[in-house]
Amino acid sequence: MTKKTISRFFGFALLVSATLLVLAIIGLILFDLLAKGSSAFSWHFLTSFPQKGMTEGGIFPAIFGTTIVTLLSTALAMPLGIGCAVYLQEYAADNNLTRLIRASVRNLAGVPSIVYGLFGLSIFVEGMGMGVSVLAAGCTLGLLTLPSIIATTEEALRNVPRLSREGSLALGATPWECVYTVVLPSAVPGILTGLILALSRAAGETAPILFTGVAFYSRYLPGSVFDEFMALPYHLYILSTQHHAIEAVRPLAYATALTLLLLVFLLNLTAFWVRARHKR
Amino acid sequence: MEKIKLDVQALDLFFGKKQVLKNIHLSIPEGKITALIGPSGCGKSTLLRSINRLHDLHPDARLMGKILLDGHNILHRNTNVVHLRRRVGMVFQKPNPFPMSIAENVAYGLKINALCSKSEMRARVEQSLRNSFLWEEVADDLDKSALELSGGQQQRLCIARAIAVEPEVILFDEPCSALDPISTAKIEELIMGLRGKFTQVIVTHNMQQAQRVADYTAFMYLGELIEFGETRQIFEKPQQELTKNYVSGHFG
Repeated sequence: MTKKTISRFFGFALLVSATLLVLAIIGLILFDLLAKGSSAFSWHFLTSFPQKGMTEGGIFPAIFGTTIVTLLSTALAMPLGIGCAVYLQEYAADNNLTRLIRASVRNLAGVPSIVYGLFGLSIFVEGMGMGVSVLAAGCTLGLLTLPSIIATTEEALRNVPRLSREGSLALGATPWECVYTVVLPSAVPGILTGLILALSRAAGETAPILFTGVAFYSRYLPGSVFDEFMALPYHLYILSTQHHAIEAVRPLAYATALTLLLLVFLLNLTAFWVRARHKR
Repeated sequence: MEKIKLDVQALDLFFGKKQVLKNIHLSIPEGKITALIGPSGCGKSTLLRSINRLHDLHPDARLMGKILLDGHNILHRNTNVVHLRRRVGMVFQKPNPFPMSIAENVAYGLKINALCSKSEMRARVEQSLRNSFLWEEVADDLDKSALELSGGQQQRLCIARAIAVEPEVILFDEPCSALDPISTAKIEELIMGLRGKFTQVIVTHNMQQAQRVADYTAFMYLGELIEFGETRQIFEKPQQELTKNYVSGHFG
């Protein structure tokens, strides 16, 4: 064997083993969750309230809380994020100010989520008097997802061919008509995919809701946006570190993790489906 | 003497520091077909895109001089660009139908410019599709996506879309460069059929195409207009040495 074939072989082997290692880790996590959580995982678990100091029963309020807070955060962040991206990409002149705004947005994406939590506490909970509530947590999570929504929307808009825009403008469309009737519709798959990925990240966040809305335990579902709520990631945290009988509730904790994973997986599947459907 | 529809006067165009068009003078007669020919990079597409001010999208572009449309300078800062583009339609190098149905594509310009009522829309769409020789092929599929059409059909759809708003001028930017010979022949037939109804300006690489369709031909080279005249004269009795070399295939 020549030196070249040997180095090629080793290079290839390195790449394959790196890939296999990553797959093995993912497989191990899934297997662990399934093995330890599936005994507690059932329809009853998904649909009922926690009972007997959370040692029995289900996690329905946590599923409900995570779902509505995520939906609320999307409803708040979507118009803002898309609007901001349309402005930056379609209207703003290519100058230093625009570049500064863009760089700031990108940096915001790197801010630790606990910082968003503190910000939410001081602005929404206290400053704006929302109290510890679904609304305050939704706003905080919305802020957290904004940078990534802006970035992916901008990317999706950038990918709309120049020829489509020109076709519309050449027919006497105003810039806004061009954006609204041609550019945005063409960018919908990209925007939706980014949105759903942001959403699935928001669903799994604990730190931003920690000070702003999540409850340790609640006997009722939130009746309005000014109530506290239970959430899956926080519930998981409690079951695995704060409970008085940690060992006893281990299966419940694993089943909760499994549920959260399923929820995020479902969201990602939706993103995948949206993209595939629009490609045709 | 024919009526002049478009009069380009002393037009200079810069992209940043680079001068792309140099002192262009060109008078385009109404209702005729005028071809712009010349080697790649000579500025013919750039000149064409000045006529509906598409360079406005390019922040580096600077235009000096005048382009008169019916005597009014369209390069003036007070020109309503949206209105101008309604009067001066354009068909692009590659077919660019919108991701909508066939009918919606044709209705697009009518809708955004509010040119006709909803009840008239269908008739206007049909008329435009008939005028672009596409009606027979798509009459039953008006609600299908325009992206499912063949390249040639898409380009005829783009022409239908352009003529639907009844512009005065139509600019064609190498409309057949992405098409096969049969589709090309159909487009040429279509352009010739529209002679008299619209003032048409067509940029083409293809000298045979210019000879087949154009009443007048302008030859451009390195950003300058070298020669302009009746197509026959340009190809058979060119006055300039450069034109002669180009049309006889010595370079380009």
